[in-house]
Amino acid sequence: MISMKQLFAAVLFSAAFAFPFGAAQAKSDLVIGITQYPSTFHPNIDSMLAKSYVHGLTRRPLTTMNADWETVCVLCETLPTLENGGAKLEKTPDGKDGIAVTYKIKSEAEWADGTPITVDDVIFTWEVGKHPKSGVASTEGYRRILSIDRIDDKTFTLHVDRRTFDYNNLSTLNLLPAHIDRPKFAYPEAYKTQTAFDTDPFNPGLYMGPYLMTQAKTGSHMVFEKNPNWWGKAPAFDKITVRVIENTTTLEANLLSGGIDMISGELGLNVDQALAFEKRHGQNFKILFKPGLIYEHIDLMLDNPVLQDRRVRQALMYAIDRNAISERLFGGKQPVAHTGVNPLDWVYDPNVPKYALDLEKADALLNEAGWKRKASGMRANAAGAPLRFQIMTTAGNRTRELVEQVLQSQWKAAGIAVDIRNEPARVFFGETVTKRKFPDMAMFAWISAPESVPRTTLHSEEIPTEANNWSGQNYTGFNNPEMDDLLERIELELDKEKRKAMWAELQKIYATELPALPLYFRANSFILPKWLKGVEPTGHQFPTTLRVEDWRVER
Amino acid sequence: MSVFLIRRAFHSLIVLLVMSAVIYGLIGLMPGDPVDLMISADPDVTAADAARLRAIYGLDQPLWSRYLHWLSAAVTGDFGYSRLYAQPVWQAILPALSNTLILLISSLLLALIIALPAGVFAATRPYSVTDYGINLTAFAGISMPPFWLGILLILVFSVMLGWLPAGGTPQSAGASGLWEHIQYLILPIAALTIAGVGGHTRYMRASMIETLRQDYIRTARAKGLSESRVVLGHALRNAMIPVVTVIALDLGVLFSGALITETVFAYPGMGKLIFDAIMGNDYNLALVGLMMATALTLTGNLLADVAYAALDPRISYESLDA
Repeated sequence: MISMKQLFAAVLFSAAFAFPFGAAQAKSDLVIGITQYPSTFHPNIDSMLAKSYVHGLTRRPLTTMNADWETVCVLCETLPTLENGGAKLEKTPDGKDGIAVTYKIKSEAEWADGTPITVDDVIFTWEVGKHPKSGVASTEGYRRILSIDRIDDKTFTLHVDRRTFDYNNLSTLNLLPAHIDRPKFAYPEAYKTQTAFDTDPFNPGLYMGPYLMTQAKTGSHMVFEKNPNWWGKAPAFDKITVRVIENTTTLEANLLSGGIDMISGELGLNVDQALAFEKRHGQNFKILFKPGLIYEHIDLMLDNPVLQDRRVRQALMYAIDRNAISERLFGGKQPVAHTGVNPLDWVYDPNVPKYALDLEKADALLNEAGWKRKASGMRANAAGAPLRFQIMTTAGNRTRELVEQVLQSQWKAAGIAVDIRNEPARVFFGETVTKRKFPDMAMFAWISAPESVPRTTLHSEEIPTEANNWSGQNYTGFNNPEMDDLLERIELELDKEKRKAMWAELQKIYATELPALPLYFRANSFILPKWLKGVEPTGHQFPTTLRVEDWRVER
Repeated sequence: MSVFLIRRAFHSLIVLLVMSAVIYGLIGLMPGDPVDLMISADPDVTAADAARLRAIYGLDQPLWSRYLHWLSAAVTGDFGYSRLYAQPVWQAILPALSNTLILLISSLLLALIIALPAGVFAATRPYSVTDYGINLTAFAGISMPPFWLGILLILVFSVMLGWLPAGGTPQSAGASGLWEHIQYLILPIAALTIAGVGGHTRYMRASMIETLRQDYIRTARAKGLSESRVVLGHALRNAMIPVVTVIALDLGVLFSGALITETVFAYPGMGKLIFDAIMGNDYNLALVGLMMATALTLTGNLLADVAYAALDPRISYESLDA
């Protein structure tokens, strides 16, 4: 029998804790859940989504891409173009076609410690980027810059060794603070371990965005507070905490219990998880789906004599119903892909050859190629060899495994036998795909960028072989002289209309030759509280946090 | 005893040295290397970039040469740099290690505090209703998969009741954050404790039942000693010997095996660190992490041997000192 005293104590105890954990937080704070922790905070060593997401809060690029996928200035005053005279065609010292591009850094732009951002920072960033021992992963963009002229403290001219269509895009030249990191670069080979971004990551001088990083616990969370020297629009939140929770079930539980306010679209739930969440809790949250640049496809092994026959590759496409897959598995949120070019990209050609489900066409193509149906309903050639393929993907990826099973049954209906053999991602990407060991089909995704020329995946010089130490990403072994020629010319074509026509040709070759079977573009799912306004998913590679100053509370 | 301890420490060092070579070799034989991961994350990395990065990180050297290089640095106390966390290996490991030790020691102690008396209690009343009740509870604890139990705890105590955080670690530091720290620890400790209690209860019960059948227990009872004196004074010490072995072996397993609990509760501990290091091709971090798990298992076994001597007067290491 519980006494009144005990009962009272129990009620008091319950009352003390009977509020949702975290609900007491004032709305001047925002807690975001993501699924990955950045491996380094240095902006140019390694490329990582988690890092670009948090840098969206703390840093600003010279140029970025707006919601309409157009290059725009952020730290610069005006985007230099050939038309406005900011860019000028010139010859390089060795007589090749080059270009000079002049930028002016915003006069008010300064690092969060009050030091102005100047041309010194640009030159230092370039020096680090092109140094072979600095540890910067991709040096191509830096090496293309032959020299930098300092016009004044805020104005500089880049002399670039080729005339590419994206000549004024400086989004990958992430500025480094010369006043802090130059001494650390005295020994370039030690720079990757000595940079202040990793040894002194709370130094305000590393940042120039609306927020500063004030706390970070490896693998757990990062805390950002307002930058007192931010010159742009004032952000609404005093403090933003980014919590890292890899397990998506725990991520959801944290959202429901108030431990976090929102789940990032860039690094959060995948579409089927978000759709399930929407069904259960959709009334309490705002859920946005935005298809992006992650292109899911099936690479075909073109060394395989059966798959060398274009008719077989096309029949494989006609035999599957990607619209049904998109509708049934992804609630129509992940649009069908026709090539690797996203329909949101201005170079997309709506007239690209498309493959809707058409079993008659598939039947005709396979019969023509010599693969006839047998009594069992499955196909074989004249010699009696069955038409049988093996499809591989990353084991444990539920969405891909589900898609594989649907495709397997659809191909079976067309008389094509497909066996599923999946491998852990580590083996699949570390060995099978990169060393072209998949016998027939490999399902995975490419992360792209707007108007990104797919040279590494489609040019014949990019086929990995033992002789070239397995470099290149043309895993299918696609070798098409017309495609090679287009890939080389397209990057150097400055005329937009001519370039668009070349892109249309590229898409036509891709969709006709089908080195890979296009499936769909993955969508990001943003789970936001209803009171949070201003988060605008763009679909391209620049994170939503780059517009964090537009985020606000509205009830 | 001291000679025994020195000899065991020396043996442990040899085991660690051999293990370091084996682990380094096995990690090196895994497909792909850190540069492959960089390439997959960045489409702009060219073949020349990949070759340059491999040279910078020494990945163009043969495996044995990399191992010898690591070993020669390790003996001077430099265990290398973690590529995954961009800091020296020790700096990445220490916070995770302290998190794991807090979790493991608390849950192990709690599990033993519950399991040992429960096991003894059940053993002294074999096949009674109480025994069946304890057994049933123990089997329930053993049978529940840790990830399911973790999620269940989160759903009840975080989502439904809103009493505790649904995983992660607190932001506040120092004494002011102590209560917050405890709040974050309650659910993962509960999950690990529930998983551990069942097994330890079963071991304790089986061992105690076996001991209570011994002749010297019959003699003790015949001497007219009280049942509690027989059980706690005579039987318990002997019954503890096999249980101590199991607890010692558990240390190493728990160290790296708390991975699921750490993942479910987003708790940055050693299990998760080692897993991420292996998956992320962070050779140095994985190697040191796995060697620490090995060292902990060896230490656990050494402690068990010392405990045997304390528990059983017939076991003596004195002859080794002679």
